[in-house]
Amino acid sequence: MLTILFDGIAYGMVLFVLACGLSVTMGLMNFVNLAHGAFAMLGGYITVILMQRLGVPFLLTLPLAFIGVALVGVVLERVLYRPMYGKNHLDQVMFTIGIVFMAVAGADYLMGSSQQIIKLPAWLQGRFNIGGVGIGKYRLFVLVVCGILAFSLQWGFTKTRFGSRLRASVDDARVARGLGIPVNRLFALTFALGSGLAGLGGALGIELMGLDPSFPLKFMIYFLVVVTVGGTSTITGPFFAAMLLGVADVAGKYFVPEIGAFIIYVLMVILLIVRPDGLFARGRA
Amino acid sequence: MTLRRHFLKGVLGLSVAAAMGSAAYAQDVAKIGLILPMTGPFASTGKQIDAAVKLFLAQNGNTFGGKKIEIILKDDTGNADTTRRLAQELVVNDRVAFLAGFGLTPLALAAAQVATQAKVPEIVMAAATATITEASPYIVRTSFTLPQASEPMADWALKNNIKKVFTVVTDYGPGIDAENSFANKFKAGGGTVESVRVPLRNPDFAPFLQRAAEAKPDALFVFVPSGIGAQFMKQFVERGLDKAGVKLIGPGDVVDDDILAGIGDVAIGAITTHHYSAAHDSAANKAFVAAFKAANGGMRPNFMGVGGYDGMRVITEALKKTNGNTDGDALIAAMKGMSFESPRGPIQIDADTRDIVQNIYVRKTEKKDGELYNIEFTIIPMVKDPVKAAKK
Repeated sequence: MLTILFDGIAYGMVLFVLACGLSVTMGLMNFVNLAHGAFAMLGGYITVILMQRLGVPFLLTLPLAFIGVALVGVVLERVLYRPMYGKNHLDQVMFTIGIVFMAVAGADYLMGSSQQIIKLPAWLQGRFNIGGVGIGKYRLFVLVVCGILAFSLQWGFTKTRFGSRLRASVDDARVARGLGIPVNRLFALTFALGSGLAGLGGALGIELMGLDPSFPLKFMIYFLVVVTVGGTSTITGPFFAAMLLGVADVAGKYFVPEIGAFIIYVLMVILLIVRPDGLFARGRA
Repeated sequence: MTLRRHFLKGVLGLSVAAAMGSAAYAQDVAKIGLILPMTGPFASTGKQIDAAVKLFLAQNGNTFGGKKIEIILKDDTGNADTTRRLAQELVVNDRVAFLAGFGLTPLALAAAQVATQAKVPEIVMAAATATITEASPYIVRTSFTLPQASEPMADWALKNNIKKVFTVVTDYGPGIDAENSFANKFKAGGGTVESVRVPLRNPDFAPFLQRAAEAKPDALFVFVPSGIGAQFMKQFVERGLDKAGVKLIGPGDVVDDDILAGIGDVAIGAITTHHYSAAHDSAANKAFVAAFKAANGGMRPNFMGVGGYDGMRVITEALKKTNGNTDGDALIAAMKGMSFESPRGPIQIDADTRDIVQNIYVRKTEKKDGELYNIEFTIIPMVKDPVKAAKK
């Protein structure tokens, strides 16, 4: 029973890292970026290529996946995304879904369509027992890494100068600009951070969720559920939403496997009826 | 249709009289429309079969029964609507004498009607749901059926002191086929079975495996499409089921030769029943594997590859028997009852059902010369598809 809870939380943690970048871009920049999953996939493939072709150890590939995707994020933000900020949401959706399809086809062409397989280091394989609760080592590792990330994100967002500037820019970009805050640069940085996180999530998720060219489409729903349920204005919102989703998904499939795959959608419908603005909507006038 | 055939006969007669000796007239060519998923999630199936078909022609030349074989390869991306459209185009525009390939059950079924109406033989080289050959009298299969591979597993398990089995199958045609045929046979023999079905698009096996772990079965029977096998095996070991003494059994898809190296050592010890292993010990297979690897940069042939290879053999043998007559009924008649030695062992095309009859091997995944192989240790000779056998 507790094992299920643990698995669910670990799964939720990965979802959080994958989706929080999306919630940041969506909430802070008011930009609907459906191509977020493509960034996650890129991170996954960076890890796969580094490990399979160059023999880089797994742990080292994680920061590289983060940095690599963040850099790509910066470039794309500059070249492709910035002109789209002012456009309406439909245009943004069309634009980013187009990027998704290009990414899917591109990954298929370059890497082949099969599931990618990586070999974890021995110390991350297997599991141990604590008081009858079986704990997978890799899941524990994921949980710790993502937990630290979530904590530092929350801290950075609320306690640092960067965070307060960012929040100011989001609340009113014009006034913030007037006060001398470099809004464009701030957004670019945030976008890079969000993409980087997605890349990291993609790399961490290979072992739990698999990685193939259809990844961005397969998980788009999950990201969107996290963001809708969690709301887009905080870090804590998506965090708890991801936890809830992860646990509900795993527990649902465990207890009622016949309909397990639908549990999360039912949950989402109920939550959105009860709290249409998301779990932790900040009161906005 | 009859009009066309009369017309063709006329043309044939005329040209035989008029143009003896000059080669490469259209009527001397037999076209094969090869429809495979060359891109998309099932592209590995397409690549294997395409490679096997090319290898067969490279080894045996391309003229059989006086007809020069011409392959027209089409990519259906694993989408049934596309398969149907391609089959129609191949029949109507290209006038193919054979339709072949078909990576998945829905794809094979999508072309069945086209085959029936055009009276063109449809050679199924991969798809494995039992009922496919009933969809058209022009379907001949050279792959296998899941019940054919799954039932012998039940017999083996019963004989080897396995009393309680937990089955995990992917929730679609072949998975349900595998589950039913195994569970029925196993229960009839006195065993107990618990089952879960996993959605086709399932990111994480954790909850299903946890259930399996708590059921404390003697063995876990699994069928998942071959690409996902690696992920499943890893999580099986990660959850400690192997250490808890649970045997991993099932039809051979989960330890597909194509991805076995990628799965790694976690696959060692899996017991599977299947019709082909690249490690099959025969001269025919050794030659096949060596030639296949040499032609494809070291890629190992898997059961899809051998299905394509034998499919070509069936097609070309039929052409020889009919002396190049490409009439659909004549070709099907020539294929019925055909038997020969394949790289997988002896096979036969059942004269009643047009389905394949072949040895099923019980294999254990082991390390041999530093590589993982499924080593066969028991043979169940000439198994017919049990679903169709039961209907009679």
